[in-house]
Amino acid sequence: MERVRTKSANRIKGSLGDGIVLFIIYFLVGVITLIVLVPLIHVVACSFSSPNAIGSGKVWLWPINITLAGYRGVFSDKSIITGYANTFFYTVVGTMINLAVTVPCGYALSKKTLPGRNYFMIFFMITMYFGGGMIPTYLLIQSLGLYNTRLVLLILGAFSTYNCIICRTFFSAFPEELEDAARIDGCGVFRCFLQIVMPLSKALMGVMVLYFAIGHWNSYFSAMMYLNKDEYKPLQLILRRLLIEAQQNLQMMEGAAGAAGEAGEAAADAYNTAQLIKYAVIIVSSVPVMILYPFLQKYFDKGVMLGSLKG
Amino acid sequence: MAKNKGEEIINSKSSLKKRIWKHLPYYIMMLPAVAYVAIFCYVPMYGIQIAFKNYKPVWGFQGSPWVGLKHFESFVTGPNFWMLLKNTLAISIYSLLAGFPIPIILALMLNEVILKIRKPVQTILYAPHFISTVVMVGILNLILSPSMGIINNIIEVLGGNRIYFTIKPEAFRHIYVWSGIWQGMGWSSVIYVAALSNVDENLHEAAKIDGASLLQRIRYINIPTILPTIMILLIMRIGSLVSVGYEKIYLMQNSLNLETSEVISTFVYKRGILNTNYSFSTAVGLFNNLVNVILLLIANFISGKLSESSLF
Repeated sequence: MERVRTKSANRIKGSLGDGIVLFIIYFLVGVITLIVLVPLIHVVACSFSSPNAIGSGKVWLWPINITLAGYRGVFSDKSIITGYANTFFYTVVGTMINLAVTVPCGYALSKKTLPGRNYFMIFFMITMYFGGGMIPTYLLIQSLGLYNTRLVLLILGAFSTYNCIICRTFFSAFPEELEDAARIDGCGVFRCFLQIVMPLSKALMGVMVLYFAIGHWNSYFSAMMYLNKDEYKPLQLILRRLLIEAQQNLQMMEGAAGAAGEAGEAAADAYNTAQLIKYAVIIVSSVPVMILYPFLQKYFDKGVMLGSLKG
Repeated sequence: MAKNKGEEIINSKSSLKKRIWKHLPYYIMMLPAVAYVAIFCYVPMYGIQIAFKNYKPVWGFQGSPWVGLKHFESFVTGPNFWMLLKNTLAISIYSLLAGFPIPIILALMLNEVILKIRKPVQTILYAPHFISTVVMVGILNLILSPSMGIINNIIEVLGGNRIYFTIKPEAFRHIYVWSGIWQGMGWSSVIYVAALSNVDENLHEAAKIDGASLLQRIRYINIPTILPTIMILLIMRIGSLVSVGYEKIYLMQNSLNLETSEVISTFVYKRGILNTNYSFSTAVGLFNNLVNVILLLIANFISGKLSESSLF
């Protein structure tokens, strides 16, 4: 009886202070969530609003004078459609190449009996900390004749040491008996990998697809360095032109919009419409990723933990 | 073809040649990765020699004359050196000091939130991580726009004057760092949240019985549990102190904010690719890379002395 009483007394004494701390924690988490959410909602709201409502600063978190004009503007731009198709191609084919190069390598490196395993690990890991840098890589791409070809975006980054280590850690945790049994039954290494190991690695593949696919979808720098043909350009380069380079033109338009009279009004309209299209293009370009990611979210914890374990 | 008999796997006394032969399929699996790394990572390392040469494409690698450390000297004594170094270090130290602790604190807080609320909150907090750099900078330009951006609208409602943030050199670092935190804090906290799920519940129960408060339990149970993870990530961050996110910085640059926004990597890109100063910018890139490696080794050494955690 005595012990039970002290226990509950402690809990009550502790719980008042704990209650305040918990309240503060919930409050702060709520504030942080709002800070993340509000700009996202604002961009979505703007993309559905009328150009004038955006121009006059009336849009906060709900669209004003709902219109699809922004989205019509986006889809009437041929270069966005081309960019979208290109990015889709680079993402799908590029991710398949990534998986074909990286995952089997991680599997092979997970075999503790593999002669020279540690040397291969060193060979790969050095590249995480030291590399040739931007210019020698650029010169290499040029001398290989990959400059201004679609191939360059598919091949560059085909292998990722970091992701390979994640794969290796994942496969290391596999029970050996499973494969040994199949081997004794005459199953070869490749068949064993494809028919026994792969079907049991859905969590790993989920994480890998997510990392690689989003990397392809979002990257712009390699494309900017290695491609200058418009028909090869991925969506992010088109976005860069629309969202960032166009800023200077817009500043001029802004100046013109300040001028009085009909010319000024027309300039203001054109300016506001250009801004509206920016909001819409942000949504259009981000939707595929935002759809993909919640489905793969359940694998995040596992994937990130795998990456944190050192080789 | 390698035949894999169970007994042979168990018999470890077989000669190296035999063992290699038996593992042939695994080497074939590694072949694409090894070939890729050899060509696209190690060949450029060989290409670093142009940092010590006066490389002209028409002369080729072999034909270009050696010039020793000339390019390094002209970079270090050049007019941009101190500005570049200062900008690079200021941005990365600022990012580290502000951006490193926040995900840890966030994870410690999320750990106390009940699962039903935590899951949707995490879904929201992770989302910005998946926004591309181009879109992120585009959003920044829009919401910071002097004429119609929401931030300036708020400033005006509160009675202030509209500010043209994106061209102000003194605003650049704050915009860069805090937009990075906004975008990355959720995602960076995943690793700590995952590490916290390994905390032994019995420890918490025992501590509760001994009358430990929630804050004490966080301080003496949760933080020590994730400390090794914190140390490893800290070492890696310090190892990349001189390599800042140039893809984002490059997009945020304009002619008016260059005095704070020009960093070593964007300088390498402009001088090397845009102005085709290949040798000089390779030297600058190599300088950058070497400083990174040295910082990484120092951080790893110190961490190894102070705690058990080290990368190698």
